[in-house]
Amino acid sequence: MNFTISKRARTLSMALIAVGAIATVYGVVGDHSEHHQRTWSALLVNGFFFLGISLGALFFYALQNATETAWSVLVKRVFEGIMAFLPIGAGVMVLVLAAGSMHLHHIYHWMDASLYDVNDPNYDEAMAGKQAFLNLPFYWIRTIAYLAVFILFARWFRKKSLEMDGLTGDSLLKTHLLTYRRGALFLVFFAVFSSTLAWDWLMSIDAHWFSTLFGWYVFSGMWVSAMITGVVLVLYLKRKGYLPQVNNSHIHDMGKWVFAVSFLWSYLYFSQFMLIWFANIPEEVTYFKLRIDEHPILLWTTFFINFAIPMVLLMSRDAKRNPRFLIGVCAVIFFGHWLDVNMIVMPGAAGHDFHHGIELLDLGMFVMFLGILITTVFRALARAPLTPVNHPYLEESVHHQI
Amino acid sequence: MANKVIYAVYEDPEQLKEGARTLVTSGIRVKDVFSPFPVHGIDPIIGVKRTRLGIAAFMFGITGTVLATFGIWYFNIFDWPMNIGGKPSFHLYQNIPAFIPVIFEFTVLCAAHGMAITYLIRNKTLPGMPARNPDPRTTDDKFIIEVRTGDNHGHSSDEITGLLRTTPVFEINERQY
Repeated sequence: MNFTISKRARTLSMALIAVGAIATVYGVVGDHSEHHQRTWSALLVNGFFFLGISLGALFFYALQNATETAWSVLVKRVFEGIMAFLPIGAGVMVLVLAAGSMHLHHIYHWMDASLYDVNDPNYDEAMAGKQAFLNLPFYWIRTIAYLAVFILFARWFRKKSLEMDGLTGDSLLKTHLLTYRRGALFLVFFAVFSSTLAWDWLMSIDAHWFSTLFGWYVFSGMWVSAMITGVVLVLYLKRKGYLPQVNNSHIHDMGKWVFAVSFLWSYLYFSQFMLIWFANIPEEVTYFKLRIDEHPILLWTTFFINFAIPMVLLMSRDAKRNPRFLIGVCAVIFFGHWLDVNMIVMPGAAGHDFHHGIELLDLGMFVMFLGILITTVFRALARAPLTPVNHPYLEESVHHQI
Repeated sequence: MANKVIYAVYEDPEQLKEGARTLVTSGIRVKDVFSPFPVHGIDPIIGVKRTRLGIAAFMFGITGTVLATFGIWYFNIFDWPMNIGGKPSFHLYQNIPAFIPVIFEFTVLCAAHGMAITYLIRNKTLPGMPARNPDPRTTDDKFIIEVRTGDNHGHSSDEITGLLRTTPVFEINERQY
Protein backbone atom coordinates (compact mmCIF):
# COMPACT_ATOMS: atom_id res chain seq x y z
CA MET A 1 0.00 0.00 0.00
CA ASN A 2 1.37 3.36 -0.97
CA PHE A 3 1.38 6.29 1.38
CA THR A 4 -0.34 9.46 0.26
CA ILE A 5 0.26 12.60 2.27
CA SER A 6 -3.04 13.76 3.65
CA LYS A 7 -4.09 17.33 3.02
CA ARG A 8 -4.02 18.00 6.73
CA ALA A 9 -0.46 16.73 7.11
CA ARG A 10 0.66 18.81 4.14
CA THR A 11 -0.97 21.97 5.53
CA LEU A 12 0.37 21.29 8.99
CA SER A 13 3.97 20.76 7.88
CA MET A 14 3.82 23.84 5.66
CA ALA A 15 2.38 25.79 8.60
CA LEU A 16 5.25 24.57 10.79
CA ILE A 17 7.77 25.76 8.20
CA ALA A 18 6.00 29.12 7.79
CA VAL A 19 5.56 29.81 11.51
CA GLY A 20 9.13 28.68 12.16
CA ALA A 21 10.48 30.86 9.36
CA ILE A 22 8.61 33.92 10.60
CA ALA A 23 9.84 33.36 14.16
CA THR A 24 13.36 32.81 12.85
CA VAL A 25 13.33 36.03 10.80
CA TYR A 26 11.95 37.89 13.81
CA GLY A 27 14.73 36.38 15.93
CA VAL A 28 17.46 37.18 13.40
CA VAL A 29 16.32 40.83 13.21
CA GLY A 30 16.48 41.02 16.98
CA ASP A 31 19.88 39.34 17.09
CA HIS A 32 22.42 42.08 17.81
CA SER A 33 25.34 39.79 18.52
CA GLU A 34 28.61 40.35 16.70
CA HIS A 35 28.62 38.74 13.23
CA HIS A 36 25.14 37.38 14.06
CA GLN A 37 26.99 34.73 16.02
CA ARG A 38 23.79 33.84 17.89
CA THR A 39 21.94 33.07 14.65
CA TRP A 40 24.78 31.01 13.26
CA SER A 41 24.94 29.05 16.51
CA ALA A 42 21.22 28.34 16.35
CA LEU A 43 21.63 27.19 12.76
CA LEU A 44 24.44 24.88 13.82
CA VAL A 45 22.31 23.44 16.67
CA ASN A 46 19.33 22.72 14.46
CA GLY A 47 21.34 21.65 11.44
CA PHE A 48 23.27 19.18 13.54
CA PHE A 49 20.28 17.92 15.54
CA PHE A 50 18.21 17.15 12.46
CA LEU A 51 21.16 15.79 10.50
CA GLY A 52 21.79 13.61 13.56
CA ILE A 53 18.26 12.18 13.32
CA SER A 54 18.79 11.05 9.74
CA LEU A 55 22.28 9.80 10.60
CA GLY A 56 20.93 7.82 13.54
CA ALA A 57 18.31 6.34 11.22
CA LEU A 58 21.00 5.42 8.70
CA PHE A 59 23.04 3.79 11.46
CA PHE A 60 20.06 1.83 12.75
CA TYR A 61 19.18 0.76 9.22
CA ALA A 62 22.73 -0.46 8.57
CA LEU A 63 22.67 -2.22 11.94
CA GLN A 64 19.49 -4.07 10.98
CA ASN A 65 21.11 -5.10 7.69
CA ALA A 66 24.35 -6.19 9.28
CA THR A 67 22.60 -8.25 11.95
CA GLU A 68 19.97 -9.56 9.49
CA THR A 69 17.28 -8.55 11.94
CA ALA A 70 13.90 -9.94 10.94
CA TRP A 71 11.34 -8.06 13.01
CA SER A 72 12.28 -4.62 11.70
CA VAL A 73 11.79 -5.50 8.03
CA LEU A 74 8.21 -4.21 8.12
CA VAL A 75 9.31 -0.78 9.31
CA LYS A 76 12.46 -0.42 7.22
CA ARG A 77 10.79 1.96 4.76
CA VAL A 78 10.16 4.37 7.60
CA PHE A 79 13.87 4.55 8.35
CA GLU A 80 14.64 4.94 4.65
CA GLY A 81 12.25 7.88 4.73
CA ILE A 82 14.11 9.51 7.63
CA MET A 83 17.40 8.96 5.79
CA ALA A 84 16.04 11.14 2.97
CA PHE A 85 16.69 14.21 5.14
CA LEU A 86 20.43 13.49 5.10
CA PRO A 87 21.38 15.74 2.12
CA ILE A 88 19.46 18.71 3.59
CA GLY A 89 21.10 18.35 6.99
CA ALA A 90 24.47 17.95 5.29
CA GLY A 91 23.81 21.13 3.31
CA VAL A 92 23.12 23.11 6.49
CA MET A 93 26.28 21.78 8.15
CA VAL A 94 28.39 22.68 5.09
CA LEU A 95 26.83 26.16 5.09
CA VAL A 96 27.68 26.75 8.75
CA LEU A 97 31.21 25.36 8.44
CA ALA A 98 31.88 27.26 5.20
CA ALA A 99 30.71 30.51 6.80
CA GLY A 100 33.05 29.79 9.71
CA SER A 101 35.96 29.11 7.37
CA MET A 102 35.31 32.44 5.65
CA HIS A 103 35.21 34.14 9.08
CA LEU A 104 31.57 35.18 8.74
CA HIS A 105 31.16 33.96 12.31
CA HIS A 106 33.54 32.89 15.06
CA ILE A 107 31.91 29.75 16.42
CA TYR A 108 35.13 27.88 15.72
CA HIS A 109 37.79 29.88 17.49
CA TRP A 110 40.57 27.67 16.12
CA MET A 111 39.85 28.82 12.54
CA ASP A 112 41.59 32.11 13.38
CA ALA A 113 45.01 31.92 11.64
CA SER A 114 46.67 34.33 14.07
CA LEU A 115 46.59 31.68 16.83
CA TYR A 116 49.32 29.75 15.06
CA ASP A 117 51.66 32.66 14.32
CA VAL A 118 54.44 32.70 16.90
CA ASN A 119 55.02 36.44 16.39
CA ASP A 120 51.37 37.35 16.82
CA PRO A 121 50.11 38.44 20.24
CA ASN A 122 47.22 36.00 19.71
CA TYR A 123 49.64 33.08 19.51
CA ASP A 124 48.20 30.11 21.43
CA GLU A 125 50.65 27.35 22.22
CA ALA A 126 47.91 24.81 23.05
CA MET A 127 46.15 25.43 19.77
CA ALA A 128 49.40 25.37 17.82
CA GLY A 129 49.98 21.92 19.25
CA LYS A 130 46.63 20.76 17.83
CA GLN A 131 47.28 22.27 14.42
CA ALA A 132 48.21 18.94 12.86
CA PHE A 133 44.61 17.84 13.30
CA LEU A 134 42.67 21.09 13.51
CA ASN A 135 43.59 22.91 10.31
CA LEU A 136 41.21 24.01 7.61
CA PRO A 137 42.32 21.77 4.71
CA PHE A 138 42.30 18.56 6.74
CA TYR A 139 39.08 19.64 8.47
CA TRP A 140 37.32 20.04 5.13
CA ILE A 141 38.70 16.76 3.80
CA ARG A 142 37.20 15.02 6.83
CA THR A 143 33.89 16.85 6.65
CA ILE A 144 33.46 16.07 2.95
CA ALA A 145 34.49 12.46 3.56
CA TYR A 146 31.89 11.98 6.32
CA LEU A 147 29.04 13.53 4.39
CA ALA A 148 29.95 11.84 1.11
CA VAL A 149 30.17 8.40 2.72
CA PHE A 150 26.88 8.87 4.57
CA ILE A 151 24.98 10.13 1.55
CA LEU A 152 26.41 7.50 -0.79
CA PHE A 153 25.56 4.66 1.59
CA ALA A 154 22.08 6.03 2.25
CA ARG A 155 21.35 6.31 -1.47
CA TRP A 156 22.75 2.83 -2.11
CA PHE A 157 20.67 1.24 0.65
CA ARG A 158 17.53 2.93 -0.63
CA LYS A 159 18.26 1.89 -4.22
CA LYS A 160 18.81 -1.74 -3.27
CA SER A 161 15.75 -1.78 -1.05
CA LEU A 162 13.54 -0.63 -3.91
CA GLU A 163 15.28 -3.05 -6.25
CA MET A 164 14.49 -5.95 -3.91
CA ASP A 165 10.77 -5.26 -4.28
CA GLY A 166 10.96 -6.62 -7.81
CA LEU A 167 13.18 -9.61 -7.10
CA THR A 168 12.41 -13.15 -5.98
CA GLY A 169 14.30 -16.36 -5.29
CA ASP A 170 18.07 -16.44 -5.67
CA SER A 171 18.49 -12.90 -6.99
CA LEU A 172 16.57 -11.59 -3.96
CA LEU A 173 18.77 -13.56 -1.61
CA LYS A 174 21.89 -12.37 -3.40
CA THR A 175 20.89 -8.71 -3.10
CA HIS A 176 19.92 -9.27 0.51
CA LEU A 177 23.34 -10.71 1.31
CA LEU A 178 24.95 -7.78 -0.48
CA THR A 179 23.04 -5.30 1.68
CA TYR A 180 24.05 -7.38 4.68
CA ARG A 181 27.74 -7.01 3.82
CA ARG A 182 27.41 -3.32 2.96
CA GLY A 183 25.58 -2.76 6.24
CA ALA A 184 28.55 -4.20 8.08
CA LEU A 185 30.93 -2.11 5.99
CA PHE A 186 28.97 1.03 6.80
CA LEU A 187 29.22 0.27 10.51
CA VAL A 188 33.01 0.19 10.17
CA PHE A 189 32.99 3.67 8.67
CA PHE A 190 30.41 4.91 11.14
CA ALA A 191 32.35 3.59 14.13
CA VAL A 192 35.17 6.01 13.31
CA PHE A 193 33.22 8.85 11.73
CA SER A 194 30.56 9.11 14.46
CA SER A 195 33.30 9.95 16.95
CA THR A 196 35.44 12.17 14.74
CA LEU A 197 32.51 14.16 13.38
CA ALA A 198 31.48 14.95 16.94
CA TRP A 199 35.02 16.16 17.66
CA ASP A 200 35.17 18.19 14.47
CA TRP A 201 31.76 19.79 14.44
CA LEU A 202 30.96 20.08 18.14
CA MET A 203 33.93 19.47 20.41
CA SER A 204 36.16 21.87 18.44
CA ILE A 205 33.80 24.71 19.43
CA ASP A 206 35.48 24.50 22.84
CA ALA A 207 38.80 23.82 21.15
CA HIS A 208 40.89 23.88 24.32
CA TRP A 209 38.70 21.29 25.97
CA PHE A 210 38.66 17.60 25.19
CA SER A 211 36.77 14.52 26.27
CA THR A 212 37.43 11.01 25.06
CA LEU A 213 33.88 9.73 25.15
CA PHE A 214 32.33 12.87 23.71
CA GLY A 215 31.84 11.12 20.35
CA TRP A 216 29.82 8.27 21.83
CA TYR A 217 27.78 10.68 23.90
CA VAL A 218 26.87 12.71 20.82
CA PHE A 219 26.23 9.52 18.86
CA SER A 220 23.84 8.12 21.48
CA GLY A 221 21.92 11.40 21.37
CA MET A 222 21.59 11.10 17.58
CA TRP A 223 20.53 7.50 17.85
CA VAL A 224 17.80 8.04 20.42
CA SER A 225 16.42 10.98 18.43
CA ALA A 226 16.29 8.74 15.37
CA MET A 227 14.50 5.95 17.26
CA ILE A 228 11.95 8.43 18.59
CA THR A 229 11.32 9.79 15.10
CA GLY A 230 10.97 6.22 13.81
CA VAL A 231 8.47 5.07 16.42
CA VAL A 232 6.36 8.24 16.20
CA LEU A 233 6.21 7.90 12.40
CA VAL A 234 5.22 4.24 12.66
CA LEU A 235 2.48 5.05 15.15
CA TYR A 236 1.22 7.89 12.95
CA LEU A 237 1.17 5.71 9.83
CA LYS A 238 -0.50 2.87 11.68
CA ARG A 239 -3.20 5.17 12.97
CA LYS A 240 -3.81 6.38 9.42
CA GLY A 241 -4.36 2.77 8.36
CA TYR A 242 -1.02 2.21 6.68
CA LEU A 243 1.37 -0.53 7.81
CA PRO A 244 -1.54 -2.89 8.65
CA GLN A 245 0.83 -5.75 9.44
CA VAL A 246 2.76 -3.84 12.08
CA ASN A 247 1.49 -5.23 15.37
CA ASN A 248 1.90 -4.40 19.03
CA SER A 249 5.10 -6.39 19.24
CA HIS A 250 6.83 -4.17 16.67
CA ILE A 251 5.72 -1.07 18.54
CA HIS A 252 6.85 -2.64 21.81
CA ASP A 253 10.28 -3.38 20.33
CA MET A 254 10.69 0.15 19.03
CA GLY A 255 9.65 1.48 22.43
CA LYS A 256 12.33 -0.73 23.94
CA TRP A 257 14.89 0.86 21.64
CA VAL A 258 13.88 4.34 22.81
CA PHE A 259 14.12 3.16 26.41
CA ALA A 260 17.46 1.37 25.95
CA VAL A 261 19.18 4.09 23.95
CA SER A 262 17.98 6.69 26.44
CA PHE A 263 19.87 4.70 29.02
CA LEU A 264 22.93 4.53 26.79
CA TRP A 265 22.81 8.30 26.51
CA SER A 266 22.36 8.77 30.27
CA TYR A 267 25.17 6.35 30.97
CA LEU A 268 27.59 8.15 28.65
CA TYR A 269 26.49 11.60 29.81
CA PHE A 270 27.01 10.67 33.42
CA SER A 271 30.29 8.85 32.73
CA GLN A 272 31.68 11.95 31.07
CA PHE A 273 30.46 14.18 33.86
CA MET A 274 31.56 11.92 36.70
CA LEU A 275 35.11 11.41 35.41
CA ILE A 276 35.60 15.11 34.81
CA TRP A 277 34.09 15.99 38.20
CA PHE A 278 36.19 13.43 40.00
CA ALA A 279 39.52 14.14 38.32
CA ASN A 280 38.98 17.90 38.66
CA ILE A 281 41.68 18.82 36.14
CA PRO A 282 41.48 22.53 35.21
CA GLU A 283 41.53 22.09 31.43
CA GLU A 284 38.80 19.45 31.64
CA VAL A 285 36.39 21.04 34.10
CA THR A 286 35.98 24.20 32.00
CA TYR A 287 33.20 22.56 29.97
CA PHE A 288 30.97 21.72 32.92
CA LYS A 289 32.05 24.72 35.01
CA LEU A 290 30.80 27.08 32.31
CA ARG A 291 27.53 25.20 31.89
CA ILE A 292 26.80 24.69 35.59
CA ASP A 293 27.66 28.29 36.48
CA GLU A 294 25.77 29.95 33.64
CA HIS A 295 22.91 27.58 32.79
CA PRO A 296 22.35 25.23 35.75
CA ILE A 297 18.59 24.95 35.26
CA LEU A 298 18.84 24.22 31.55
CA LEU A 299 21.65 21.72 32.04
CA TRP A 300 19.96 19.70 34.79
CA THR A 301 16.54 19.92 33.17
CA THR A 302 18.02 18.42 30.02
CA PHE A 303 19.58 15.58 31.95
CA PHE A 304 16.40 15.00 33.92
CA ILE A 305 14.18 14.91 30.83
CA ASN A 306 16.46 12.59 28.90
CA PHE A 307 17.20 10.24 31.78
CA ALA A 308 14.43 10.17 34.35
CA ILE A 309 11.42 10.51 32.06
CA PRO A 310 12.19 7.52 29.83
CA MET A 311 13.34 5.51 32.85
CA VAL A 312 10.23 6.01 34.94
CA LEU A 313 7.61 6.28 32.21
CA LEU A 314 8.80 3.74 29.66
CA MET A 315 9.85 0.97 32.03
CA SER A 316 6.64 -1.02 32.01
CA ARG A 317 5.45 -3.17 29.15
CA ASP A 318 2.04 -1.53 29.07
CA ALA A 319 3.57 1.93 28.59
CA LYS A 320 5.47 0.79 25.51
CA ARG A 321 2.32 -0.80 24.06
CA ASN A 322 0.13 2.26 24.55
CA PRO A 323 0.46 4.42 21.39
CA ARG A 324 -0.80 7.68 22.89
CA PHE A 325 1.39 7.40 25.94
CA LEU A 326 4.43 6.41 23.89
CA ILE A 327 3.99 9.37 21.53
CA GLY A 328 3.67 11.75 24.47
CA VAL A 329 6.82 10.51 26.20
CA CYS A 330 8.70 10.44 22.88
CA ALA A 331 7.78 14.05 22.14
CA VAL A 332 9.17 15.16 25.50
CA ILE A 333 12.44 13.23 25.07
CA PHE A 334 12.75 14.50 21.50
CA PHE A 335 12.66 18.05 22.78
CA GLY A 336 15.04 17.06 25.56
CA HIS A 337 17.65 15.90 23.08
CA TRP A 338 17.27 19.09 21.12
CA LEU A 339 17.96 20.95 24.38
CA ASP A 340 20.97 18.71 24.84
CA VAL A 341 22.46 19.77 21.49
CA ASN A 342 21.81 23.36 22.58
CA MET A 343 23.74 22.72 25.77
CA ILE A 344 26.63 21.21 23.80
CA VAL A 345 26.87 24.03 21.27
CA MET A 346 25.52 27.25 22.70
CA PRO A 347 27.66 28.08 25.76
CA GLY A 348 30.84 27.73 23.68
CA ALA A 349 29.54 29.06 20.38
CA ALA A 350 27.37 31.99 21.43
CA GLY A 351 28.89 32.65 24.86
CA HIS A 352 27.33 35.73 26.46
CA ASP A 353 24.78 36.01 23.68
CA PHE A 354 23.25 32.86 25.12
CA HIS A 355 22.75 34.25 28.61
CA HIS A 356 18.97 34.36 28.16
CA GLY A 357 19.02 30.67 27.29
CA ILE A 358 16.58 29.34 24.71
CA GLU A 359 14.94 32.19 22.81
CA LEU A 360 12.28 32.61 20.15
CA LEU A 361 15.01 32.37 17.50
CA ASP A 362 15.94 28.85 18.61
CA LEU A 363 12.38 27.65 18.96
CA GLY A 364 11.45 29.17 15.59
CA MET A 365 14.33 27.45 13.87
CA PHE A 366 13.45 24.18 15.62
CA VAL A 367 9.87 24.38 14.37
CA MET A 368 11.02 25.30 10.87
CA PHE A 369 13.45 22.38 10.67
CA LEU A 370 10.81 20.05 12.10
CA GLY A 371 8.47 21.11 9.30
CA ILE A 372 11.18 20.52 6.71
CA LEU A 373 11.97 17.12 8.22
CA ILE A 374 8.31 16.06 8.14
CA THR A 375 7.86 17.27 4.56
CA THR A 376 11.02 15.54 3.33
CA VAL A 377 10.29 12.29 5.13
CA PHE A 378 6.65 12.16 4.01
CA ARG A 379 7.64 12.81 0.40
CA ALA A 380 10.20 10.00 0.55
CA LEU A 381 7.64 7.67 2.16
CA ALA A 382 5.08 8.42 -0.54
CA ARG A 383 7.52 7.44 -3.28
CA ALA A 384 7.62 3.69 -2.56
CA PRO A 385 5.34 0.98 -1.13
CA LEU A 386 5.33 1.47 2.65
CA THR A 387 5.52 -2.24 3.30
CA PRO A 388 8.44 -3.90 1.49
CA VAL A 389 7.10 -6.17 -1.25
CA ASN A 390 9.90 -8.71 -1.12
CA HIS A 391 12.44 -9.44 1.57
CA PRO A 392 13.78 -12.78 2.78
CA TYR A 393 12.62 -11.96 6.31
CA LEU A 394 9.34 -10.29 5.45
CA GLU A 395 7.26 -13.31 6.48
CA GLU A 396 9.08 -13.60 9.79
CA SER A 397 8.60 -9.93 10.47
CA VAL A 398 4.85 -10.18 9.78
CA HIS A 399 4.60 -12.92 12.41
CA HIS A 400 6.74 -11.07 14.92
CA GLN A 401 5.45 -11.86 18.38
CA ILE A 402 7.06 -11.25 21.75
CA MET B 1 -13.48 -43.09 39.31
CA ALA B 2 -9.80 -42.53 39.88
CA ASN B 3 -8.30 -39.34 38.59
CA LYS B 4 -6.27 -39.78 35.46
CA VAL B 5 -3.55 -37.67 33.87
CA ILE B 6 -3.32 -37.71 30.09
CA TYR B 7 -0.12 -36.90 28.24
CA ALA B 8 -0.56 -36.09 24.55
CA VAL B 9 2.78 -36.23 22.76
CA TYR B 10 3.38 -34.13 19.65
CA GLU B 11 6.32 -33.93 17.31
CA ASP B 12 6.03 -30.31 16.25
CA PRO B 13 5.21 -27.06 18.08
CA GLU B 14 2.57 -26.11 15.49
CA GLN B 15 0.81 -29.47 16.01
CA LEU B 16 1.06 -28.92 19.75
CA LYS B 17 -0.64 -25.56 19.40
CA GLU B 18 -3.34 -27.14 17.24
CA GLY B 19 -3.93 -29.81 19.87
CA ALA B 20 -4.08 -27.30 22.69
CA ARG B 21 -6.47 -25.09 20.71
CA THR B 22 -8.77 -28.06 20.04
CA LEU B 23 -8.92 -28.94 23.72
CA VAL B 24 -9.45 -25.40 24.94
CA THR B 25 -12.21 -24.64 22.43
CA SER B 26 -14.03 -27.73 23.76
CA GLY B 27 -13.83 -26.29 27.25
CA ILE B 28 -11.12 -28.61 28.51
CA ARG B 29 -8.54 -27.12 30.82
CA VAL B 30 -4.92 -27.82 29.90
CA LYS B 31 -2.83 -28.28 33.02
CA ASP B 32 0.56 -27.66 31.47
CA VAL B 33 2.69 -27.97 28.35
CA PHE B 34 6.23 -29.35 28.24
CA SER B 35 8.57 -28.50 25.38
CA PRO B 36 12.31 -28.53 24.64
CA PHE B 37 12.24 -24.80 23.87
CA PRO B 38 9.82 -21.89 24.41
CA VAL B 39 6.87 -22.21 22.05
CA HIS B 40 5.73 -18.81 20.81
CA GLY B 41 2.01 -18.21 21.09
CA ILE B 42 1.17 -21.11 23.40
CA ASP B 43 0.63 -18.93 26.47
CA PRO B 44 -2.58 -17.21 25.33
CA ILE B 45 -4.00 -20.54 24.06
CA ILE B 46 -3.73 -22.42 27.34
CA GLY B 47 -4.44 -19.30 29.38
CA VAL B 48 -1.12 -18.76 31.14
CA LYS B 49 -1.27 -15.56 33.15
CA ARG B 50 1.24 -12.84 32.31
CA THR B 51 4.45 -13.24 34.26
CA ARG B 52 5.02 -10.99 37.23
CA LEU B 53 8.76 -11.54 37.08
CA GLY B 54 9.28 -7.98 35.83
CA ILE B 55 7.59 -6.58 38.93
CA ALA B 56 9.75 -8.84 41.11
CA ALA B 57 12.87 -7.63 39.28
CA PHE B 58 11.86 -4.02 39.86
CA MET B 59 11.37 -4.69 43.59
CA PHE B 60 14.75 -6.38 43.84
CA GLY B 61 16.32 -3.48 41.97
CA ILE B 62 14.79 -0.86 44.26
CA THR B 63 15.93 -2.91 47.26
CA GLY B 64 19.47 -2.83 45.85
CA THR B 65 19.33 0.93 45.30
CA VAL B 66 18.15 1.58 48.84
CA LEU B 67 20.63 -0.86 50.42
CA ALA B 68 23.56 0.53 48.44
CA THR B 69 22.65 4.13 49.18
CA PHE B 70 22.27 3.40 52.88
CA GLY B 71 25.46 1.33 52.91
CA ILE B 72 27.63 3.87 51.20
CA TRP B 73 26.24 6.64 53.38
CA TYR B 74 27.07 4.61 56.47
CA PHE B 75 30.57 3.55 55.34
CA ASN B 76 31.84 6.68 53.62
CA ILE B 77 29.88 9.54 55.17
CA PHE B 78 28.70 8.60 58.66
CA ASP B 79 31.10 6.06 60.05
CA TRP B 80 34.39 6.85 58.36
CA PRO B 81 34.49 9.92 56.10
CA MET B 82 37.55 9.78 53.91
CA ASN B 83 39.25 12.52 51.97
CA ILE B 84 39.60 11.13 48.49
CA GLY B 85 41.06 13.54 45.97
CA GLY B 86 39.81 16.49 48.00
CA LYS B 87 36.19 15.58 47.37
CA PRO B 88 33.57 16.72 49.88
CA SER B 89 32.96 13.82 52.23
CA PHE B 90 30.48 14.99 54.82
CA HIS B 91 27.23 14.99 52.88
CA LEU B 92 25.73 12.28 50.75
CA TYR B 93 24.33 14.70 48.18
CA GLN B 94 27.62 16.55 47.69
CA ASN B 95 29.44 13.35 46.97
CA ILE B 96 26.70 11.51 45.13
CA PRO B 97 28.37 11.42 41.66
CA ALA B 98 31.15 9.29 43.08
CA PHE B 99 28.65 6.89 44.64
CA ILE B 100 26.37 6.48 41.62
CA PRO B 101 28.49 3.72 40.01
CA VAL B 102 28.34 1.64 43.19
CA ILE B 103 24.62 2.23 43.66
CA PHE B 104 23.99 1.43 40.02
CA GLU B 105 26.02 -1.77 40.08
CA PHE B 106 24.42 -2.98 43.30
CA THR B 107 20.97 -2.27 41.84
CA VAL B 108 21.82 -4.39 38.80
CA LEU B 109 23.33 -7.12 40.97
CA CYS B 110 20.25 -7.37 43.20
CA ALA B 111 17.80 -7.18 40.29
CA ALA B 112 19.63 -9.82 38.23
CA HIS B 113 20.27 -12.29 41.02
CA GLY B 114 16.88 -11.77 42.59
CA MET B 115 15.17 -12.30 39.26
CA ALA B 116 17.17 -15.42 38.42
CA ILE B 117 16.65 -17.02 41.82
CA THR B 118 12.93 -16.13 41.87
CA TYR B 119 12.60 -17.67 38.44
CA LEU B 120 14.32 -20.89 39.47
CA ILE B 121 12.31 -21.22 42.67
CA ARG B 122 9.01 -20.46 40.98
CA ASN B 123 9.71 -23.04 38.27
CA LYS B 124 11.03 -25.51 40.87
CA THR B 125 14.23 -25.83 38.85
CA LEU B 126 16.86 -24.85 41.40
CA PRO B 127 20.02 -26.95 41.01
CA GLY B 128 19.45 -30.36 42.66
CA MET B 129 15.68 -30.26 42.48
CA PRO B 130 14.08 -33.37 40.98
CA ALA B 131 13.06 -33.08 37.36
CA ARG B 132 9.31 -32.58 36.97
CA ASN B 133 8.82 -33.24 33.31
CA PRO B 134 6.71 -36.36 32.77
CA ASP B 135 8.75 -37.68 29.90
CA PRO B 136 12.49 -37.19 29.26
CA ARG B 137 11.76 -36.86 25.55
CA THR B 138 10.43 -33.32 26.16
CA THR B 139 14.03 -32.26 26.66
CA ASP B 140 14.84 -33.56 23.21
CA ASP B 141 12.32 -33.45 20.36
CA LYS B 142 8.82 -34.08 21.74
CA PHE B 143 6.11 -31.69 22.90
CA ILE B 144 3.62 -32.79 25.55
CA ILE B 145 0.24 -31.49 26.66
CA GLU B 146 -0.78 -32.49 30.16
CA VAL B 147 -4.51 -32.76 30.93
CA ARG B 148 -5.92 -33.91 34.26
CA THR B 149 -9.37 -35.39 34.57
CA GLY B 150 -9.52 -33.87 38.05
CA ASP B 151 -9.55 -30.43 36.42
CA ASN B 152 -12.22 -31.41 33.90
CA HIS B 153 -15.13 -32.98 35.74
CA GLY B 154 -17.48 -32.54 32.82
CA HIS B 155 -15.35 -34.64 30.49
CA SER B 156 -14.40 -38.30 30.69
CA SER B 157 -10.88 -39.43 29.85
CA ASP B 158 -12.21 -41.27 26.79
CA GLU B 159 -13.81 -38.09 25.54
CA ILE B 160 -10.54 -36.18 25.96
CA THR B 161 -8.43 -38.84 24.26
CA GLY B 162 -11.01 -39.07 21.48
CA LEU B 163 -10.73 -35.34 20.96
CA LEU B 164 -6.93 -35.57 20.95
CA ARG B 165 -7.02 -38.28 18.28
CA THR B 166 -8.61 -35.77 15.89
CA THR B 167 -5.38 -33.74 16.08
CA PRO B 168 -2.00 -34.85 14.63
CA VAL B 169 -0.98 -36.44 17.92
CA PHE B 170 2.07 -38.74 18.04
CA GLU B 171 1.02 -40.84 21.03
CA ILE B 172 -1.23 -40.61 24.06
CA ASN B 173 -0.27 -41.92 27.49
CA GLU B 174 -2.58 -42.16 30.46
CA ARG B 175 -1.55 -42.57 34.04
CA GLN B 176 -3.29 -42.80 37.39
CA TYR B 177 -2.35 -40.32 40.04
